[in-house]
Amino acid sequence: MAASSSTASEEDEWVPPSRRPELADVTPVPQDDGPHPVVAIAYRDDFREVMDYFRALYFAGERSLRALHLTAEVIDLNPGNYTVWHFRRLVLEALDANLQEEMDFVDRIAECNPKNYQIWHHKRWLAEKLGPDVANKEHEFTRKILAIDGKNYHAWSHRQRYLVITRSPLLGGLAALRDSEVDYTIEAILSNPQNESPWKYLKGLYKGENNLLMTDERISDVCLKVLKNDTACVFALSLLLDLLHIGLQPSDELRGTIETMKSSDPETQDADLATAICLILQKCDPLRINYWSWYRTTISSQI
Amino acid sequence: MVRRLSLRSPRPQRARRLKQARPPPSPPPPPTAAPMDSPSQPPPPAEGGSSADGEAVELPRLTVTQVEQMKVEAKVAEIYRVLFSNAPNANSLMLELWREQHTEYLTRGLKHLGPSFHVLDANRPWLCYWMIHALALLDEIPDEDVENDIVDFLSRCQDKDGGYGGGPGQLPHLATTYAAVNALVTIGSERALSSINRENLYKFMLQMKDTSGAFRMHDGGEIDVRACYTAISVASLVNILDCELAKGVGNFIRRCQTYEGGIAGEPYAEAHGGYTFCGLAAMILLHEADKLDLPSLIEWVAFRQGVECGFQGRTNKLVDGCYSFWQAAPLVLTQKLMTIVDEQLKSSYSSKRLPGDDAGASSSTEAVQYAKFGFEFIMKSNQMGPLFHSIALQQYILLCAQVLDGGLRDKPGKNRDHYHSCYCLSGLSVSQYSAMVDSDACPLPQHVLGPYSNLLEPIHPLYNVVLDKYHTAYEFFSSQ
Repeated sequence: MAASSSTASEEDEWVPPSRRPELADVTPVPQDDGPHPVVAIAYRDDFREVMDYFRALYFAGERSLRALHLTAEVIDLNPGNYTVWHFRRLVLEALDANLQEEMDFVDRIAECNPKNYQIWHHKRWLAEKLGPDVANKEHEFTRKILAIDGKNYHAWSHRQRYLVITRSPLLGGLAALRDSEVDYTIEAILSNPQNESPWKYLKGLYKGENNLLMTDERISDVCLKVLKNDTACVFALSLLLDLLHIGLQPSDELRGTIETMKSSDPETQDADLATAICLILQKCDPLRINYWSWYRTTISSQI
Repeated sequence: MVRRLSLRSPRPQRARRLKQARPPPSPPPPPTAAPMDSPSQPPPPAEGGSSADGEAVELPRLTVTQVEQMKVEAKVAEIYRVLFSNAPNANSLMLELWREQHTEYLTRGLKHLGPSFHVLDANRPWLCYWMIHALALLDEIPDEDVENDIVDFLSRCQDKDGGYGGGPGQLPHLATTYAAVNALVTIGSERALSSINRENLYKFMLQMKDTSGAFRMHDGGEIDVRACYTAISVASLVNILDCELAKGVGNFIRRCQTYEGGIAGEPYAEAHGGYTFCGLAAMILLHEADKLDLPSLIEWVAFRQGVECGFQGRTNKLVDGCYSFWQAAPLVLTQKLMTIVDEQLKSSYSSKRLPGDDAGASSSTEAVQYAKFGFEFIMKSNQMGPLFHSIALQQYILLCAQVLDGGLRDKPGKNRDHYHSCYCLSGLSVSQYSAMVDSDACPLPQHVLGPYSNLLEPIHPLYNVVLDKYHTAYEFFSSQ
């Protein structure tokens, strides 16, 4: 393993850098914290010693195999040390190292530290060096990480780097996918109307295309369907409000649904549809009472 | 049936049906997480599968996040239940900000940190900022000796070619540069402010600029909205922001606003609270906030406040105390942007297009007064009240994020740390002052949850430094 210096068994018999023959000519450089350090960390001895030797090689700019090994040790102790990662890239380039092995090395570290900026940045650097062939492997790796935590932000960002289908002109872009995506999203909404994500995604499918959003009957239909079971569904009411805001002419069914809701609330009697929905939302979504009352003033000043 | 699995959510009814799935957590009691001063309560989580999907469907497998969400809701509900069963005078005690304990925890950290902090060895200017800013919010000033020690230490982190690294001898990095400069501004002495080598800092920033206009964190480092914000915030604060640095940043940030309305770390990624604050604050400092789709940004952020009364960082994620700042601050910023918001709403209504679509073409070539944008912004009056529930947010911070021994945390069940102490308190301050029209007016008692002595120092929300300290720095650097 050229890229990594320690395996599990080697760790058991860890030799401090000061007793390694290959580092005998190196004078360790202590950290310059000054006479009255603040936020002073009580480093363990092994951490301090490895860092002192690392500093010596880093300041000397030594791009050697022993420097590469030492960076792996520092990364193991503190994967958030961006200086070490940066120096490691310089060493890898100077040594013309096997970058596929480096990818294996960083993947092992990523699995233990899946939310570390430096690791994902290093992977991206490697992937760009290794070229398009690596895309599938990277895609697969993010799948592994996302199976553990489906909301890992870094993994999603890494994944989109290799798979931005909706923007690909070769595949017809968003327009070609929209129709089936809308169906899929509506199915998701109906199976759990309280999941906010598909509601947001549905609107996002029509970003910048308000006219299409307004004229696609599936959109207002799904709102009405959901409201039939749950008259206080905030996401459905809020999407209806958006539709009315961009100029939807309400169908009789929509008008009827809102009128029924209005009849149970005397305050909304004289209000137009959009205003009535805002008033209903103020009641059923009290956490956002300020937001909905503001929204109400913006529509009344425009219509 | 992979599709279905990921779409189902674990609502109480549904959880009871999980017989052979992995051991389910006990279903949460109906949340009584009543925020607030209003008699009405947030809706209980929807009851899953009524007639729409019937009983015959496959058992859903809960995701890690869904299980955690149920646990958090139960814990928070329990805390609030105690609050609402208390006599009012006992409530006042429960809602107290434990100033002394927080001060002690923060002051101690400034000097000594245990061995486990080695993982933050590349973030030491951050540690300085988190502690000293949190102390400043509490109106606590460390001894002059300690302040001078911080200035000396940060000078050791300053690279000879400009910018600050994560510790002495480390590569200069934009985020630690932001932390160091904010810490020095918070100390505010002449010695602190003049220790910043502005000429080299400017050169460092130019080197970090990518051809796209966006910034990278460090030599060979990642390009993202965080790097853009920290660069622009520091440059504005120390008065070195010019067209050269500003060029192209706004277009990059604009490309990071997602279909949800929030801002992502880079184009095509997911909207995220931290990046949304960074993106919006940077755009205001660049005087390009009109290039963002503000109505959809506001909507996205407003929906991040959840039944726990605190904010989540992303759609369908868990509440976390640090987003009390990252999410509330963008909404507070928009209170001064209503002219642009109204304009965008009007044009979206008349042209049937979303705002922001045609932005970007209007970059003028005349000299821009970058130095003034941060200052003029804070002098502007709020054009309306807050768009989030400020009292509910304060309730979450005081009851769910405070730790009895001092310090604040992400959520009940988690440990305190300096990062969360800093951003929970920053969020509390932002929240307490959000109802005021003028930025220098004192909040009314009804805007401060708990005893009025809970009131923190106000901040400049674009930089997240205490307002007084900002004014001192502004004066100092204006004459440079």
